[in-house]
Amino acid sequence: MKLLMALLSGMLFGFGLALSGMTDIANVIGFLDLFGDWNPTLAFVMVGGILVSLPFFQFGLGKITAPLFADVFRLPTKTDIDVRLIGGAMLFGIGWGLVGLCPGPAIASLAYLNIDVLYFGVAMIIGMFVTDIVDRSLTAKS
Amino acid sequence: MSETFLMALTGGICIGLAAVFLMVTLGRIGGISGIVFSAVKQPVEHSWAILFLAGVILGTSLFHFISGHPIPTFDVPTPLMLAGGFIVGVGTKLGSGCTSGHGICGIGRLSVRSIIATCTFLLLGFITVYLRLHGSVV
Repeated sequence: MKLLMALLSGMLFGFGLALSGMTDIANVIGFLDLFGDWNPTLAFVMVGGILVSLPFFQFGLGKITAPLFADVFRLPTKTDIDVRLIGGAMLFGIGWGLVGLCPGPAIASLAYLNIDVLYFGVAMIIGMFVTDIVDRSLTAKS
Repeated sequence: MSETFLMALTGGICIGLAAVFLMVTLGRIGGISGIVFSAVKQPVEHSWAILFLAGVILGTSLFHFISGHPIPTFDVPTPLMLAGGFIVGVGTKLGSGCTSGHGICGIGRLSVRSIIATCTFLLLGFITVYLRLHGSVV
């Protein structure tokens, strides 16, 4: 049941990404071209998402004691605004602007069977693991 | 409101609903970068993450199958794809999230970290695209 719920949730997520136009990098670059020829369409994706997530996290979640098919809600616990957060977000923004793909649309676009999208996805996973390994070796030393 | 705006808004609502559904059923945050990392690092323990990602690919296929909407093209040189992917991987791991985790779930939680991260990656995205398309540097 747990796996079915994950699959259904993913399907709705992927359907929404494709419907919204997020999987078309021309749209994404148009949206990120704020200082040039701006296409505001994709701002509505974030508005739509927050329209649902904000009321849920602020008013809905508190009324439920536990998830239906898991023991606890796993919510992020970090609160510090540090170099990692800012530096990471900066790098992510640069990579996003270079290609027009962020992780969700990169995975969704694997559906298009385009070899370059696969390269992006593999490079992204390598980037995550290199960061994780370097991070843990630095933490172990200090 | 034009059709593309309406599609973007509806798509965003679907993404929000999917994130809520994942939280209500499995108690997990619908942040794709974190889910990708979990799926690859501990595929057995996080088999749900693999199913979720398979769902994302299926959902996208389903949209194009139902709507007949043309499949987008990716007119980006391969080296740029590799470099962009790598930087996105490093950045999302270091910054603990991407557009979905910080941008939709985090802002919904009114997390200060996520609001700052979202403003930061949007700003850098704007600057990068400006330099690429209109600057003489890149």
